[in-house]
Amino acid sequence: MAGNVSITLQNTDEGRAIINAISADNAEAVVNVYPSMTKIDCPGRLIVNRESIESEMGRPFDLQELQLSLVSLAGNVDEDDDKFVLEWNR
Amino acid sequence: MAVVSISPYKLPAKDALENFHGNQLVYLHWEDHLMFCAPVAFPLPSGMVFDDLVQNVLGPAYQQHPDFSNITWSDVKWTLDGKPFDPDPQASLADNGVGHKSLLSFVTPGLQGIGNKHF
Amino acid sequence: MNAETKIERKAKKLGLKERYGHLTRGLGWETSYQPMDKVFPFASYEGIKIHDWDAFEDPFRLTMDAYWKYQAEKERKLYAVIDSFAQNNGQMKITDARYVNALKIFLTGVSPLEYMAHRGYAHVGRHFVGAGPRVACQMQAIDELRHAQTQMHTISHYNKYFDGLHDPRHMFDRVWYLSVPKSFFEDAMTAGPFEFLTAISFSFEYVLTNLLFVPFMSGAAYNGDMATVTFGFSAQSDESRHMTLGLEIIKFMLEQDADNVPIVQRWIDKWFWRGYRLLSIVAMMMDYMLPKRVMSWAEAWGIYFEEAGGALFEDLSRYGITTPKYADVASKEKDRLTHEVWSTFYNYTRAAAFHTWIPNDDELAWLSEKYPETFDQLYRPRYEHWRSLQQKGERFYNNSLPQLCNVCQIPMVFTEPDDPTKLCLRSTEFEGEKYHFCSDGCKDIFEFEPQKYVQSWLPVHQIFQGNCGGATMPEVLDWYGIKNGSDNLDYEGSPDQTIWNDWTKSAQRAAG
Repeated sequence: MAGNVSITLQNTDEGRAIINAISADNAEAVVNVYPSMTKIDCPGRLIVNRESIESEMGRPFDLQELQLSLVSLAGNVDEDDDKFVLEWNR
Repeated sequence: MAVVSISPYKLPAKDALENFHGNQLVYLHWEDHLMFCAPVAFPLPSGMVFDDLVQNVLGPAYQQHPDFSNITWSDVKWTLDGKPFDPDPQASLADNGVGHKSLLSFVTPGLQGIGNKHF
Repeated sequence: MNAETKIERKAKKLGLKERYGHLTRGLGWETSYQPMDKVFPFASYEGIKIHDWDAFEDPFRLTMDAYWKYQAEKERKLYAVIDSFAQNNGQMKITDARYVNALKIFLTGVSPLEYMAHRGYAHVGRHFVGAGPRVACQMQAIDELRHAQTQMHTISHYNKYFDGLHDPRHMFDRVWYLSVPKSFFEDAMTAGPFEFLTAISFSFEYVLTNLLFVPFMSGAAYNGDMATVTFGFSAQSDESRHMTLGLEIIKFMLEQDADNVPIVQRWIDKWFWRGYRLLSIVAMMMDYMLPKRVMSWAEAWGIYFEEAGGALFEDLSRYGITTPKYADVASKEKDRLTHEVWSTFYNYTRAAAFHTWIPNDDELAWLSEKYPETFDQLYRPRYEHWRSLQQKGERFYNNSLPQLCNVCQIPMVFTEPDDPTKLCLRSTEFEGEKYHFCSDGCKDIFEFEPQKYVQSWLPVHQIFQGNCGGATMPEVLDWYGIKNGSDNLDYEGSPDQTIWNDWTKSAQRAAG
């Protein structure tokens, strides 16, 4: 069994939209809230979808904007225009 | 194993004896008394008599510990560089085999720090 | 909002993968005026074999236009916060002035490392043959310079009110405990480019910096230090990219040639241990220097090393990589590390550019709760004894200089992996000279490359050699740039405490 991948985001307005999108798209995600940041753990694989964030934010979102809200991550990254994936045992 | 390098790599030891202006380094460690967080270091002449080390170096370093005044010196067990050691109090550090960067540890039987907590 | 809503996007002419491809393929070429091994003299001597440099790809696929755009945005956000913090007298709204001592360690011990990292990445970026790693290193070099600058700008506000923050660069090159981070980074920078990336990008950034930035910055937020949280997270947002470079470069080396595996494993072992020892001061900051605490060091170690590192090394096991050697020792130490290190600085606060203190009753209770196996048994009696001495006006200071580990340069304060009451003291001989180490991990590192570590600039020995301003404490403090009586000694009775108490009293008067 693969361990958790994880992503940590700032507790900012945009951060919250991204966190909501991730929670909606990853059924097994576990959300841990700390002062000023939120760490999301998920077994094996976690996906961040551009469209889900856009519908949370109500505006176009370039996935590279993630750079502004990211605090940390764990897992192998694969990013393209539509999705940002964290994965073990790729 | 040699250093992995792009050319010959040979530099002098920074703490060679000759860099200490006629002194050698000696480290002292009073076991079970971690109020002093680490062994302590001193630059000393190798001709210093062992008893002089105990009275004038080791004493001032450790005497603020309440156990210090209760030490029975004849019971103290010494270790020099990891081996049991029976010092000659009137002989020099050199004659006692205390070399440059030697570690001199001692145990004081019956005394194990404040509240026997090794502190 | 309604999921049916159509978001209008302006389509880019090229996709992310294509744009990254254009940036990193074709930028490098086979040289013709000079042979390749002259142009890239450090590319192969470490023994790492690379057959196809184009196999390296930055998974973020960050291009220069996007890099400048987002970095500029981060800067604008950060400087707005710094201005706001200054204008609103943020220094008065932290939980307690003792907290500022953590910032003093950060500014003198961590920010100079950011600058060294800037230099290190600029250097190794030049020496990689492939354009992918070169571009990633170049971006990181610029990031690290930004981190050094923003940290100094942010913390300079505190320098207007508190002691010990006046000259971090000078102190970094001289003060005894700062030789720990300095020598760590110098060790990495004097290695080849592949070892440097394994050391800094992988072992430090990927495996260990989460422990430095994440819970500590969350702690800064919890203690009202908005400015530090903001630079911390602004840096950490770059750090995610750096971590990814670390993991990618490791996988790249492992996939290129099976002969690389044992070399990489040895570097991982070495740099895990070096990084872990370096973090012991951060561990202490988390448990002792945050008046309000987010999590203990032991909890952070559990989350960020045992759990996250467990998943990582399980993933790397398919290449034949194993969990770093002595990771088990680090886990054995997690219930004692911070207490041992705080006790060390309590011993030697006379020669430090920050204050220490005995934790108050609430803080002692928190430590007992977080460390049920060890704290009341071993460490509470120490603090209670020292507190009783302090109440009698006899605050304990250790008047002798400590023996240092020849590799990590930390005083020999760590205890045996299986006995927290006995110091762990290791030694070896090399060319007729004795060398001492705090652990088997540090001893192994020395024994693999003794010629490198015989040059260690050990602060205690340097004082005895007469290279640090003089033989007396006031002379050495002067040489360090530490002002005796204000920068150093216990928090109790310090000018920092006086100014804080004045602010607190005036706030109470204003509240009636």
